[in-house]
Amino acid sequence: MAQLTMIQAITQALDLELARDEKVLCFGEDVGHNGGVFRATEGLQKKYGEQRVFDTPLAESGIIGLANGLAVQGFRPVPEIQFFGFVFEAFDQIASQIARLRYRSGGRYSAPVTIRSPFGGGVRTPELHSDSLEGLFLQTPGIKVVIPSTPYDAKGLLLSAIRDNDPVIFLEHMRLYRSFRQEVPEDDYTIPLGKANVVREGKDVTIITYGAMVGVSQKAADQWAKDKGLEAEVIDLRTISPIDIETISESIKKTGRAIVVQEAQRTAGAGAEIVAQINENVIFHLEAPVLRATPPDTVYPYGLIEDEWLPTPQFIVDALNKVTSL
Amino acid sequence: MSKTVAEHSVSYVQVLDENGKVTNKDLVPDLKDEQLRELMSRMVFTRILDQRAIKLTRQGRLGFYAPVAGQEASMIGSEFATTKEDFIVPGYRDLPQCVYHGYPLEKLFLYSRGHQEGGRVPEDVNVMMPQIIIGAQIVQTPGIALAFKLRGEKRVAVTYTGDGGTSQGDFYEGMNFAGAMQLPAVFFVQNNQYAISVPREKQTAAETLAQKAIAAGIRGVQVDGMDILGVYTVMHEAVERARNGEGPTMIEAVTFRYGPHTMSGDDPTRYRTKETESTWEKRDPLIRFRTYLEEKGLWSQEEEEKVIEQAKDTITEALKKADSAAKMKLTDLIDVMFEEPTIELKRQRAEITGEGAN
Repeated sequence: MAQLTMIQAITQALDLELARDEKVLCFGEDVGHNGGVFRATEGLQKKYGEQRVFDTPLAESGIIGLANGLAVQGFRPVPEIQFFGFVFEAFDQIASQIARLRYRSGGRYSAPVTIRSPFGGGVRTPELHSDSLEGLFLQTPGIKVVIPSTPYDAKGLLLSAIRDNDPVIFLEHMRLYRSFRQEVPEDDYTIPLGKANVVREGKDVTIITYGAMVGVSQKAADQWAKDKGLEAEVIDLRTISPIDIETISESIKKTGRAIVVQEAQRTAGAGAEIVAQINENVIFHLEAPVLRATPPDTVYPYGLIEDEWLPTPQFIVDALNKVTSL
Repeated sequence: MSKTVAEHSVSYVQVLDENGKVTNKDLVPDLKDEQLRELMSRMVFTRILDQRAIKLTRQGRLGFYAPVAGQEASMIGSEFATTKEDFIVPGYRDLPQCVYHGYPLEKLFLYSRGHQEGGRVPEDVNVMMPQIIIGAQIVQTPGIALAFKLRGEKRVAVTYTGDGGTSQGDFYEGMNFAGAMQLPAVFFVQNNQYAISVPREKQTAAETLAQKAIAAGIRGVQVDGMDILGVYTVMHEAVERARNGEGPTMIEAVTFRYGPHTMSGDDPTRYRTKETESTWEKRDPLIRFRTYLEEKGLWSQEEEEKVIEQAKDTITEALKKADSAAKMKLTDLIDVMFEEPTIELKRQRAEITGEGAN
């Protein structure tokens, strides 16, 4: 089994699916000849031709509109938004068009579109490249949001996303692209959408998180165990829309306390939704309020201060200490 | 140094003037008498449908409706130049094209009422549901056209918008994609002079809307949008060029809507004069084509009355069907959000029905 980075795992998933299903098309800015700015589609145009993997004009609304039209005609487009900070340009085509297609047409048309996009901070991108805008799509009916945290998950989740008959936003954290390698099977495997993964077992507090914060939370849990002798359970949501409330509830029944860790700003994001669902499902199992460990509600501060802005293991440890002292 | 690197021009096409006289013999389309009569029948039907829909809206028997009177030649003439295999991507005013492309009239009444069945396009009908967001359909059209190109099908994607739609970024993006990828698409703009209340002169400093095609590197043509033979001629050429791999075209049809923007409270007397209205009404597409056909002995008052009676019956019949559609339920909405409802939607469904979630 090969040791792959997340970007290699993503390329492998796209390669497998392009080979398996001729209705799959990959396109976007720089996606074809150049293989994508992060090389996610490296070599795929050469292998599958310019009709299957291609460059588009520089226009996000046009790219997602193209995907919408192709989907209506039975294709399974996998468009790329080069950086998720640019998604506002395509917001109408995602939220008002693709996400509503099945509903508006009473089920006559569907949009099996997987919108891939790099996002996430800590890699010194220019302004409006790193922003965690996933929360905007949680409030959008008709679309799923998937965020892998490992190379293995990225491949299995991406294959599921492309095969799903509804639209999926597939967000790839830039800091995870090449930060570590993991054994990834070469063959075809899928990880179901909407199912969380308990990546660290513990009995004292549940940490609910996703994306790059999974690794940071695991580090925090290890440090906390060493410092305090307490064990945090870490849940990697994998999919933040829909949220796997069953896995979260089971864990809280065991631990009685929870924190939500996210890289996005605090207000009205995935964390807020998770806290609300915990309230509705397992509030009587809680011994303390659920806390959110997040950056403040500011614009993403590219450059000098991003390392301070992003949650660190110590920041999460502080939240664990707080929730256990309540 | 200074030199001219590109020069462009925009042609204006008219076949019949407002008196029903042929102004350009070379461009008279090669249509059989039966087809000419069919064009007239469809325009008459559309005028009657519009009058009836306005009344029904006032009575509360329809919901959202955007009047079409004045635009019959643009709508009917352009759709007539397509085949049933071509795909129509309409804006909210483009209901007549949808109907003549095969979309059942009762479904459009249901769409107007907000019934989900209204959006359920039959499998063999190549239309999208009417678009509400101005210009959104224009970036989807290249996707449909690309699908035809990838499959090697000789089909064309045709999209419609108004003069206001040409101010949207999506208008340029859609045409630019179609031009860059040389797709079989036609962008049909019905310049009816007003984007709700904003006149075309305030919409853009461009002399014509057709010239906006030039920036995207595609053909742009302006046509008298109240002249059905002119509209048919330019549309037929655009569709055939697209079908034969000769690239996309943008058509500006210069026309006028007699009624309000929609039946949801717009009052045209706030932004245009009686004089403007009567100037345009003299150019009426039905009057001039009727004159033309009558002079050829192809149309008569009796024939028109017969079409009107048939139209009334057809509309009544369609209304009956729409009235008998099953009442919608909240759970129908939930069930169609995804192929399979999510965990949360199942829970919400159970809250509504009072049943267990699983």
